[in-house]
Amino acid sequence: MTGLSISRFIGRSRREADRSNPEIHDTGLSDQQLRFRLESTWARRRGIIGWLSTVDHKEIGRRYIATAFIFFLLAGLLALAMRLQLSQPENRILSPDLYNQIFTMHGTVMMFLFAVPIGEAVAVFLVPLMLGTRVIAFPRLNAFSYWVFLFGGIMLFTAFVLNIGPDVGWFSYVPLSGPQYSPGKRADFWAQTITFTEVAALAVAVEIIATVIKQRAPGMSLNRIPLFVWAQFVTAFMVVFAMPAVVTGSTFLIMDRLIGTHFFNPAEGGDAILWQHLFWFFGHPEVYIIFLPAQGMVSAIISVHARRPVFGYTAVVLALVANGILSFGLWVHHMFATGLPRLGNSFFTASSMIIAVTSGIQIFCWIATLWNGKPKYRTPLLFVIGFILIFVIGGLSGMHLASVPVDLQVHDTFFVVAHFHYVLIGGAVFPLFGAFYHWFPKFTGRMLNERMGRWNFWLFFIGFNITFFPMHLLGLMGMPRRVYTYPTGLGWDHMNLLASVGSVVIALSVLLFLINVVHSLRHGVMAGDNPWDADSLEWTTSSPPPVYNFARIPVVTGGAPLWDGGGELPVASGLRVDIREIVVTTAADARPDLRESQPEPSIWPLLAALATTGLFIGSIFDPRAVVIGSIPVAITLIGWFWPKKAGVWGIRG
Amino acid sequence: MRTRIVEDLSHLPTYAFGHRSVVWWGTLAFLVIEAMGFLMALFSYLYLRTHAGIWPLNGTPPALLWGTLNTAVFLISLLPNHWVKKQAEGEKLGPVRIGLVVSLLIGFVMLAIRWMEFQNLNCRWDDNAYGSIVWFIIGLHTLHLLTEIGENAVITALMWIGPIEGKRFVDVSENQEYWYFVVAAWLPVYAVVYLFPRWG
Repeated sequence: MTGLSISRFIGRSRREADRSNPEIHDTGLSDQQLRFRLESTWARRRGIIGWLSTVDHKEIGRRYIATAFIFFLLAGLLALAMRLQLSQPENRILSPDLYNQIFTMHGTVMMFLFAVPIGEAVAVFLVPLMLGTRVIAFPRLNAFSYWVFLFGGIMLFTAFVLNIGPDVGWFSYVPLSGPQYSPGKRADFWAQTITFTEVAALAVAVEIIATVIKQRAPGMSLNRIPLFVWAQFVTAFMVVFAMPAVVTGSTFLIMDRLIGTHFFNPAEGGDAILWQHLFWFFGHPEVYIIFLPAQGMVSAIISVHARRPVFGYTAVVLALVANGILSFGLWVHHMFATGLPRLGNSFFTASSMIIAVTSGIQIFCWIATLWNGKPKYRTPLLFVIGFILIFVIGGLSGMHLASVPVDLQVHDTFFVVAHFHYVLIGGAVFPLFGAFYHWFPKFTGRMLNERMGRWNFWLFFIGFNITFFPMHLLGLMGMPRRVYTYPTGLGWDHMNLLASVGSVVIALSVLLFLINVVHSLRHGVMAGDNPWDADSLEWTTSSPPPVYNFARIPVVTGGAPLWDGGGELPVASGLRVDIREIVVTTAADARPDLRESQPEPSIWPLLAALATTGLFIGSIFDPRAVVIGSIPVAITLIGWFWPKKAGVWGIRG
Repeated sequence: MRTRIVEDLSHLPTYAFGHRSVVWWGTLAFLVIEAMGFLMALFSYLYLRTHAGIWPLNGTPPALLWGTLNTAVFLISLLPNHWVKKQAEGEKLGPVRIGLVVSLLIGFVMLAIRWMEFQNLNCRWDDNAYGSIVWFIIGLHTLHLLTEIGENAVITALMWIGPIEGKRFVDVSENQEYWYFVVAAWLPVYAVVYLFPRWG
């Protein structure tokens, strides 16, 4: 089979190589000729196969965003079910077993299928545009990443619907998740969900790193990179360094469960705390992996809507980098209750407090930007201001939790639930909604409705505080997390009901957002290239951008290309238009260095993702699937990498 | 937006070796990911060691012979590997073809020795936590060995029968670079799995 398909490709490639192929460059082409040429070179095939084969970062980015947002909606519905169950004492709507699955699904889906992927999804769409290039690096890997992510999510929800959804919490602590206390397949589906999402996330991280280092527009030296891209760049490094820990941990877990290893079994020399170290060495950076892209969005939105570049660009970049590094020194503060040595705890208390400094630097820079600018309070900026308020409250409760005595007192109570929803929803979801309003015109070509946007914001802001503020008090009063109900007469009834009412207000707000999207896609005001009069390169091209992004590659001469140029954009010419060609620039100064050709659309990444999915799911049921399943994976990878066309070989030796 | 052409790029080359190419940075990022994987596995080994009274838990470290032999072959393999990389960067098709076949054969020798290593680890993965982590670490390295040999086989086939263009030599150069990593990752693995339980 392999031999056959390979020889078929070779046959075709040789025939194609025989055709003499004069190079066509864009120099001297009129604007109309240029766009016509680029369109025919970069367009993908129409129809279902073309749709499945696309390697366009914008098309994949849009799918990634929509898919992650659907997972957000589903996990939000699970949250509503939990709030319904907790709205009054001794409720019997959900059984304890179903409640366990629901809170595990809610956490797992929100963290692994929404919060991390949506940050990367927005990067997949925006980073190449902001850098002034035509593709994300490794476009086929990008397609593969999306399919693996999608199939992993479908697998998890299928398991949940079949009543084999995970039920051991989003961090799956052993021994609860081990073979002794969780027989059956539920915890295995959790562990393989992790594998799927990590493969997808690592792939995107590699793409972002290579794109930012090598594909910046000529002249975009390090100090001219937009802050959003800096944030995504640091995040990508964090993904690369953090995620192998959880992959190692979840592989240990699944091996303990399936082939009788003893990594976490104390009776045979294993250790349960090892799981927590591996999980939180990933899990704490994970929080910042979610938060940093949002910081990037905030910087971009504030600068555009306050009508001036962000105050303290260098300080913000250094704070981002410092946040990225420091976040690797905090993980033990999730483990204060495990009985580790006191000296270690003190170290992690100190490091947990230091990160407040670097986060604080950014917040003060944003406030200074607003202070010095001429802010226009439209929906994107409203969400950003909501973010600052809520995130600062979450940061303050975080400072409390960093202190060991306080942490031991409120560990596993609703105080912790309140804290991390303030930092995660405040720190990531509010900026994300701001980003939707800000970049929706670039994604779709139309503006979202401003009036509905304001309602969307205020309902979310008020509903959020009604839901989560009382949880601080519930936690201080001793209400534990992850209980499916509570007896009456403890004084918890009213605040639980209040929190449940708040969750309905949030749901209304999100529903209004969906109505806004559906309405605006058909009837929204046409956006034009640059509706906000913004400064960065994605706004120089049409909305939505053409498949080749830029007819000619921009040349960057300052930090805010559209504000510096006086209405004129310097560009470069000389790229070929008969093949997919991009400019590769040097790592630090972004001097033009190469013209590299890019891969055509291909169905192989989808096939490779299907083969990978077969291997991952098969291994839940039989370890031999790893060996057998690797054969189709190998075949599809060869199909993916085997070159289809012979270019011109400049023989030197 | 009005545009003004300020620069012409048509004189630029279409590929380059090393850090000038995009794929070099992608390979580097993947190597960092894999290095972190090894680091986590070795950390887990040492962590489990600190929680055990005796080590190895079953009392017998892996037999030295095959692991040491493989270490020697790994180190020797660096020479032909380096040579192939240089030939690729000089775009010499004939030597590259021969060199890749030699590398591939050396890879098969390593796999055979690795098979003997597994027979002489003196533990099973389901004996106890020590056995589990030893098998995991050697398994992780074997996975890299298999991946590299598979990649090497595909590239060898490509250079012998596939369409040749300048970029293919960049692929060969990257492939040989990955081999440095597989060797570099083996040395700490050998030190921890084979030497540490004897002298640690």
